[in-house]
Amino acid sequence: MSRITREEVAKLAELARLDLPESELDEYAKQLEIILESVAKVGEVSTKDVKPMSHATGLVNVFREDVTKESLSRDEILRSAPATEDDRFRVPRILDEE
Amino acid sequence: MSTYDQAIKKYDPVLGLETHVELSTNSKMFCGCSTEFGADPNKQTCPTCLGLPGSLPVANAIGIESTIRIGLALNCSIASYSRFARKNYFYPDMPKDFQTSQYDEPLCSNGYLDVLVDTDEGTKTFRVEIERVHLEEDTGKLTHAGGATGRIHGADYSLVDYNRAGIPLVEIVTKPVPDTGEYAPLVAKAYVTELRDLLRGLNVSDVRMEEGSLRCDVNLSLTPKGSKTWGTRTETKNVNSLRSVERAIRSEIERQSLELDKGNKIKQETRHFQEDTGTTRSGRSKVVAEEYRYFPEPDLVPIAPDKAWIEKLKKALPEQPSIRRTRLAKEWGFTDLEMRDVATLGGVDLIAQTIEQGTSPASARKWWAGELSGHASKADLELIDLKITPTDVARIDALVNEGKLTDKLARQVIEAVLNGEGNPDEVIKKRNLAVVSDDSALIPAIEAAIAANPDAAAKIREGKVQVVGVIVGAVMKTTGGSADAAKVRELVLKTLGQ
Amino acid sequence: MSDLTKLSAVELSGELSKGSVSAVEVTKAHLDRINSLDKSVQSFLHVDNAGALKQAEEVDKNRKENKKVSALAGVPLALKDVLTQKGIPTTCGSKILEGWIPPYDSTVVKNLKNAGIVILGKTNMDEFAMGSSTENSAYFPTKNPWDLTKIPGGSSGGSSAAVSAFFAPLGIGTDTGGSIRQPAAVTGIVGAKPSYGGVSRFGLVAFASSLDQAGPFARTVLDCAMLHEVMAGHDPLDSTSINQPVPDVVKAAQLQDVKGMKIGIIKELGGDGWQNGVLNRFNESVELLKSMGAQVKEISIPHSLYALATYYLIAPSEASSNLARFDGMRYGLRVDDGNLSAEEVMNKTREKGFGKEVKRRIMIGTYALSSGYYDAYYAQAQKVRALIAQDLTNAFKEVDVLISPTSPTTAWGLGERVNDPMAMYLADLATLPPSLAGIPAMSVPIGLADEDKLPVGLQIIAPFMNDDRMYRVGGAIEASLKTKWNGLLIDQAPALGGAK
Ligand SMILES: [Zn+2]
Repeated sequence: MSRITREEVAKLAELARLDLPESELDEYAKQLEIILESVAKVGEVSTKDVKPMSHATGLVNVFREDVTKESLSRDEILRSAPATEDDRFRVPRILDEE
Repeated sequence: MSTYDQAIKKYDPVLGLETHVELSTNSKMFCGCSTEFGADPNKQTCPTCLGLPGSLPVANAIGIESTIRIGLALNCSIASYSRFARKNYFYPDMPKDFQTSQYDEPLCSNGYLDVLVDTDEGTKTFRVEIERVHLEEDTGKLTHAGGATGRIHGADYSLVDYNRAGIPLVEIVTKPVPDTGEYAPLVAKAYVTELRDLLRGLNVSDVRMEEGSLRCDVNLSLTPKGSKTWGTRTETKNVNSLRSVERAIRSEIERQSLELDKGNKIKQETRHFQEDTGTTRSGRSKVVAEEYRYFPEPDLVPIAPDKAWIEKLKKALPEQPSIRRTRLAKEWGFTDLEMRDVATLGGVDLIAQTIEQGTSPASARKWWAGELSGHASKADLELIDLKITPTDVARIDALVNEGKLTDKLARQVIEAVLNGEGNPDEVIKKRNLAVVSDDSALIPAIEAAIAANPDAAAKIREGKVQVVGVIVGAVMKTTGGSADAAKVRELVLKTLGQ
Repeated sequence: MSDLTKLSAVELSGELSKGSVSAVEVTKAHLDRINSLDKSVQSFLHVDNAGALKQAEEVDKNRKENKKVSALAGVPLALKDVLTQKGIPTTCGSKILEGWIPPYDSTVVKNLKNAGIVILGKTNMDEFAMGSSTENSAYFPTKNPWDLTKIPGGSSGGSSAAVSAFFAPLGIGTDTGGSIRQPAAVTGIVGAKPSYGGVSRFGLVAFASSLDQAGPFARTVLDCAMLHEVMAGHDPLDSTSINQPVPDVVKAAQLQDVKGMKIGIIKELGGDGWQNGVLNRFNESVELLKSMGAQVKEISIPHSLYALATYYLIAPSEASSNLARFDGMRYGLRVDDGNLSAEEVMNKTREKGFGKEVKRRIMIGTYALSSGYYDAYYAQAQKVRALIAQDLTNAFKEVDVLISPTSPTTAWGLGERVNDPMAMYLADLATLPPSLAGIPAMSVPIGLADEDKLPVGLQIIAPFMNDDRMYRVGGAIEASLKTKWNGLLIDQAPALGGAK
């Protein structure tokens, strides 16, 4: 069955950008294992030739006209920012290179 | 033998190109914010393109249509059912920490673009096969502060402007292109040039590499001659001019071959092109390995273009650039070589537009491919990026033909227009550059010159016409050389009864 | 006039249009009750005293000037803190959004404002709508007004508690897997989840985009229908919004007649593990419907057995992506000692800003979407989802509506399930199949369980965009029970703090 190790929890946390404390990894591993074991039940269903359903409406081709609308006031958007400078959002130094 | 020649002797390069094109829609891909270039930071943002909690995207119809038109122009098949997908990764320039993109259901796939390259055996056609054309959104723009270089590395912190976030971005991915041999850099450059002309012809993008509306990533691997398995490829980012495309591939061929010669393995990695040195450098590897967790974007519904719509778009496609060039060369009386030069400079449309305003084809070519291309290459710009329009060029040409500008003055006018001093007429007025042939403007200067040279004037009155030069010279001096000397002569003689 | 807070929205609407009370008086009465009694229930995260009175004054002014006002103009409402209201804090019950003031109105709020409905404040909820008890709120747990030691349901427990405590006749919740219906059931009120796409999601902070749907709470079926009508309708800002006329839910709620209707009992929802008192009330409702002339039969929805597993893959997967944006870069909490990199700030902000249940679900979703697991988990769940929807479509070929108990149990004790995620998830067993299929469903009160004298709800499920059908059945049941009880079930709730 779905065994979840400490290391796997740590990797998931890294992917999800969660700085989980070392001391909680075992507890999360236990809980995630129980949940994953339960949801793995979907594997029991035969789904040959079934098309996945990603939403309920059946809508296709919902588009908007290419017209501009007024943007938000910059003061309003920057007011909620943790830090700003020169009308821009200020963020800490970035390690990863895109 | 040069490093490059040695490399080509031992290895076959396989190249691939991923080109990002910013569409020139009025509004962004998923919200109504303007896409205009150069606005003040964060002035073109709303809840949706800032990814504020609760905001939702709605797809721009023209964004979809333009992507399909690009696909059609590249001979792709258009999907009957296509979806957006979320590409999940964290980065401060991405407001939602996922990019709305397309994954396994792109709008267009399996096309090609033929490009011409001059080889030792004459002009050869290379077919570049297109893997896919898909639609996604652009990210915000980072400025790195502190540190010495202004680069991300060593910066103290960064500033984000989200004006660009959400602008529609079309990604055109080629299949690996083998069998180009030593011409790999030229094929790549010809492909990007041709693609640029095609996109410009479709009128879907400004395709300005300088402003980043056309951006290139170059994939390259080397295969030892005779081997059937392709080598490990690198992806070089930041290749942002036609010249750089060529240089980046050349330098990567050299670098990889030297590595392989030393018995080293090529690392599969992202590299960055450096304009200053013309070489690529290794990007620092990511803290977390790439795991984008793509899944269909639940906030958007599928795209299912109907056949009639696609047929309509197909019928309305403009003439293919290569066919159009052949036709225009004939119309304009250009040789194949002249036309190819003009095309490489990106000048076909500029010349066409100049001709439309009454300039002769030969003159239009002279201005753009002669005079202006010099300015462009000096400034490391594309012709289209110069701050002069076909209307300006046509006006200057007309003034020369009317005798109102000499060639020398015309060049001064061009320089001033490029400097942003205004359109040709404004520049002429401001700088007083026109050939002065207007009688009323000349008369006071002539009268003053006659008054200052009474002896010469008397002699002319007496019929000694040959001394007229003294007075003409004085007039030319006071008018700063802008007067038409023949006209001055005529007027001086007339004033003195000759 | 007796206590204004005792009146239904329809009754208040009548008094307001007669001019016997003003909107300001109505609003004040409700604000007074909140300000004196909500310390024991803790249903609100933010009470907008000044803003509510200002809205009420506006309504009174419009009435005085004989301007056309809507039926619900001047009626107060409690809004779940997951919908944006311009200028009013929106936290989603999370520390990560503490202090965030949205610069825009959600479409639901815009619709409420256009109707002149007075928004009293923002109600408590499980963090990012993840939970069934409102104990996952990062701020405080909300109590069930029927018994302050019990949970009010979740995730919209703040709104269900506020409406059942008579703090507001109307409330708004959101329902992803049962978050309106289950709280309505355990607090003895009416709550409806509209068809997916029936109510705009613009401005609803997403938990699971393909499932989230905002809907009304009220103490009567007709009030609920009237609010439903105000909220619903096509919105060009939401690509998944349905461009069709809103089903006539108000008319259906007033019919009070189920004669000839075909009603299906979902076979799989009941039996072992379900509380006896819940099943007893459910069985009585079935008899009641039969006595009113409905044809009732049992129907199997075989794949409903997999609804829980399916839901707990799809919802966390979407959530893991939806909640990525809370990274401390643009708004909300930022944990930074000044020396950290952007990556470290994101990691620490998210660790500190999210509660445990949210982190668990983000990790489950991250797992299910990862390459290597995607096909077995996420893609497989989307296929099983299609089969559940197909089962329901098939059932509606035979019956007009489906019914089940809303929740397997009545309200449980605060703290009882907090350390057992799976036990908590079981509360959603019956509400998940319609959520996955995107079809409308509602809960109406049908009595108190014998064991604990706590409310039990009946779930009524209708086909896609036939929301009116569930209101027809709900209205009929309510009318019949009202006669039997000589009032609403909620009138039997004990007084709060001695005052009622
Ligand atoms: Zn925008």
